[in-house]
Amino acid sequence: MTENYSWAPDIYDVLKDLDVRQVAYVPDAGHARLLKMCEADNAMRCIPLTTEEEGISLCSGAWLGGERAVMLLQSSGVGNCINMLSLANTCRFPLLMLVTMRAQWREFNPWQKPMGEGTRPALEAMGVKVTQAEEPDEVGETVRSAGEMAYGWPDMAAVLLHQKLMPVKTFGK
Amino acid sequence: MDVQRADNYELHRREVAKTLLADRDDDFLVVTGLGSPNWDATAAGDHPLTFPLWGAMGGAATMGLGLATAQPKKRVMVMTGDGEMLMAMGSFATIATQATENLAIVVFDNERYGETGMQATHTAGPVDMAAVAKACGFPVTATVKTEAELTEALPLIKEAKGPVFVDIKVKAEPLPFILPTKDGVHLKNRFREKLLGPDSLL
Repeated sequence: MTENYSWAPDIYDVLKDLDVRQVAYVPDAGHARLLKMCEADNAMRCIPLTTEEEGISLCSGAWLGGERAVMLLQSSGVGNCINMLSLANTCRFPLLMLVTMRAQWREFNPWQKPMGEGTRPALEAMGVKVTQAEEPDEVGETVRSAGEMAYGWPDMAAVLLHQKLMPVKTFGK
Repeated sequence: MDVQRADNYELHRREVAKTLLADRDDDFLVVTGLGSPNWDATAAGDHPLTFPLWGAMGGAATMGLGLATAQPKKRVMVMTGDGEMLMAMGSFATIATQATENLAIVVFDNERYGETGMQATHTAGPVDMAAVAKACGFPVTATVKTEAELTEALPLIKEAKGPVFVDIKVKAEPLPFILPTKDGVHLKNRFREKLLGPDSLL
């Protein structure tokens, strides 16, 4: 089922297991259900950003202070993070990015193509370990593996959530 | 643009840094922006609970936000430059929305890009950074130009219920480099070890 984001509670459970306390985000429809769960959780602080770049330094600051943070963003927002990834890379701050993908599957809007196709190579060029989940039942464990690596090593990890996991967006057409 | 104005400001950034960082204890955590504020903090005395950025331009304020959120009982001061803060004006909105009470952002505003040839920044023109912070919802903001105003602002930076923003107009002057270690992993680990204890490195 993609319509009700059945995988969202699996991500939430993993974030709880990993003791994530700060949830930085620029909203995306694909993250809406997860975000609602995080907002209802008093042990998690949800922090809306004006641009995704802020989230990289925010997550680094959280770790400096002894808390784990996660970033929720859409593929287009990955492009806004590029130089700031230098911070996590140089200092080996843990970074867990959960990226809802565009321009992969029944995309309506061609303006999503450049950054959608550039998401993985851009992240990899900056040293981020990228994995992708395509099926609802593999989302949770893919996030768990990325999160354990991010906080445990520590290192930078991104999980791409394939567009097939989300309903098709048709802008009323 | 008034590109000469900052040549005549009264306050010297190295002295301001010394004043801000004097008598600090382990409940006072500092993040500096890249470039001159990093050298200023180092000249005032290197400290394990200072995290001096060597890059990540535009990241200082939100790094302070993540740190202050994680450590609500400590005071967090971000000390950065006008060029660095201009790159992150959106973070005023992000920080004010979180209403982080233990966070103070201090800009050493010499109205110049000091590391690249002293080109004028937008604060040499019409931009009033404290007004931006205020409009975004910072409950405490100030612009400081004199010793007396600095003395008044000090308790705001150290204790006021924030988020606090203070723009300190400092003289545009060439100064010697005083560099901390540039090993980011070391800077991170020494900070965490001092703040969280040795087990945090396991």
